[in-house]
Amino acid sequence: MKERSIGFRRNIDLVVKALSGLAALTGIAFLVWILIVIVVKGLGAIRPEFFTQLPAPPMMPGGGLGNAILGTGIITTLATLIGVPIGLMAGIFLSEFGRDSFLAELVRYATNILMGTPSIIIGVFVYVIMVAPMGGFSGYSGSVALAIIMLPVVARTTEDMLNLVPDAVRESALALGAPRWKATVGVVFRAARTGLVTGSLLAVARVSGETAPLLFTALNSPFWPRSLSEPTANLPVTIFNYAMSPYVDWQAMAWGSSLLITTVILGITVLVRTILGRRKTT
Amino acid sequence: MGSYRGVQDRTFAGLATLSAGTVILLVVGIFVALLAGSGPSIREFGARFLFAQEWNPVSQQFGALSSIYGTLLSTGIAMVIAVPLSLIIALFLVELAHPAVSRVVGGAIELLAAIPSIIYGMWGLFVLAPVMARYVQPFIGKWAGDLPLFTGPPIGIGMLTAGIILALMILPFITSVTRDVFNMVPDVVKESAYGLGATTWEVTRQVTVRHGIMGIVGACFLGLGRAIGETMAVTFVIGNTHRISPSLFAAGNSIASTLANEFTEAAENLYLSSLIELGLVLFLITFLIQLAARIWLQRTRRKLGVTR
Repeated sequence: MKERSIGFRRNIDLVVKALSGLAALTGIAFLVWILIVIVVKGLGAIRPEFFTQLPAPPMMPGGGLGNAILGTGIITTLATLIGVPIGLMAGIFLSEFGRDSFLAELVRYATNILMGTPSIIIGVFVYVIMVAPMGGFSGYSGSVALAIIMLPVVARTTEDMLNLVPDAVRESALALGAPRWKATVGVVFRAARTGLVTGSLLAVARVSGETAPLLFTALNSPFWPRSLSEPTANLPVTIFNYAMSPYVDWQAMAWGSSLLITTVILGITVLVRTILGRRKTT
Repeated sequence: MGSYRGVQDRTFAGLATLSAGTVILLVVGIFVALLAGSGPSIREFGARFLFAQEWNPVSQQFGALSSIYGTLLSTGIAMVIAVPLSLIIALFLVELAHPAVSRVVGGAIELLAAIPSIIYGMWGLFVLAPVMARYVQPFIGKWAGDLPLFTGPPIGIGMLTAGIILALMILPFITSVTRDVFNMVPDVVKESAYGLGATTWEVTRQVTVRHGIMGIVGACFLGLGRAIGETMAVTFVIGNTHRISPSLFAAGNSIASTLANEFTEAAENLYLSSLIELGLVLFLITFLIQLAARIWLQRTRRKLGVTR
């Protein structure tokens, strides 16, 4: 190591410390910048009609995105109903049955790959296996795409949370004569309840803003959702279409939707954080 | 009764195994479906698909080069910005900040990861791009305009803007893993260095970073995998033209943005098939990155003696 005076070394240290503080500030500044922009530009669009009415033609006053809000709700709910149970069961397999077996390692590897697969690829995949054979875009295919994105997230958190439950708990339940499934669902699940709920909530938060997988599955629609077997209105794709349009009032609607989606997602995220944080301290 | 219980238990175990198998089936299924969908394009263009630049739906000529180039370039810019920034933020969180400050700042940085891609896109197009066009690009052009990297009119959208937004999006992921890596370095090791009279920066550079270098590289792989498939944010700001330009100010496209823009418009079979093949290329790239990351992290675990 080169010989340097203590003053020089102290100054370098000071510079780096200042820089690191500055870097952290920069990160926060961007977060605040984005949030402020969304609130300032989005708040104007949030009126009662925004939640209850159909979209108005461009440059016509009034109208709302009630159909897209309802559609997103339906698509996400169906995705949750598909993705969470399968994810939970896959997590149970990993922590209760598979453990260190070759199959379990393979499943873990596949889970990682699926989690790292870009969401637009999931969209293309669902297009190839569902939209093309069924002959058209549909809300169902949108739900399936979102469910595929949720599945590995739920499986991973389920495994992590179940692993936190000590084996003694499982053994006590089994020793009392409980069948394996009852020991898992009634005892192990109950012990890991908070973690499982928050994990599923995070998965819902993660997919509710997803746009890319819906572009060529659920597509979009200017009408109220009647049936999930046809193109279904949803907020993320509406934001994309409206933001890219040349109409100022449509862009304003896109900002309103952005505010709504961001509020919901950040709300869930902060809620989950608080629950987990509180549990950790006790 | 006993056999009834046995049936219940076997059904339960079977369902769990089936659900776990679904995950494997999906990964294999994605590969097979994309490969099958790319059939017409692979037969028509062969390996030329990867190296041809022309992308013309009218003459039915499709080459992926400009999309691949744009994906790699925008991701490269993002990594160059995000990696040093993440490392130094992690340093701040672990070594410098008061624990309470660290918790708040760390939480805020992690919130950046919760904002959906499309919101970054909106913000990028309507807020960041004008700022880039009015202030940042003219400023860079004034000082470094002679380099081919920074030529062209300051239009705001393009590779540089896409890279900056990608950097913001992967920053929380790299920061959070790096922070965990820094925290894993035993206090005794750091304290020994402090005891020898080293400054905080010297301890970080020569002890903490060296100790956790493999974990940090793993974190970078994670960020890389995220950035390379990012779709909506990039689609908003990259400009969406099938052109290769050395300038970072120029508009371009990426694999993901081409898919997002053109998929629903592709009427002809060959056009659609070429787009699916683009998807296959992206899937294979992310697959390879994850494979590399996994091998790397396994080596790290073994080296640090951490068992999962």
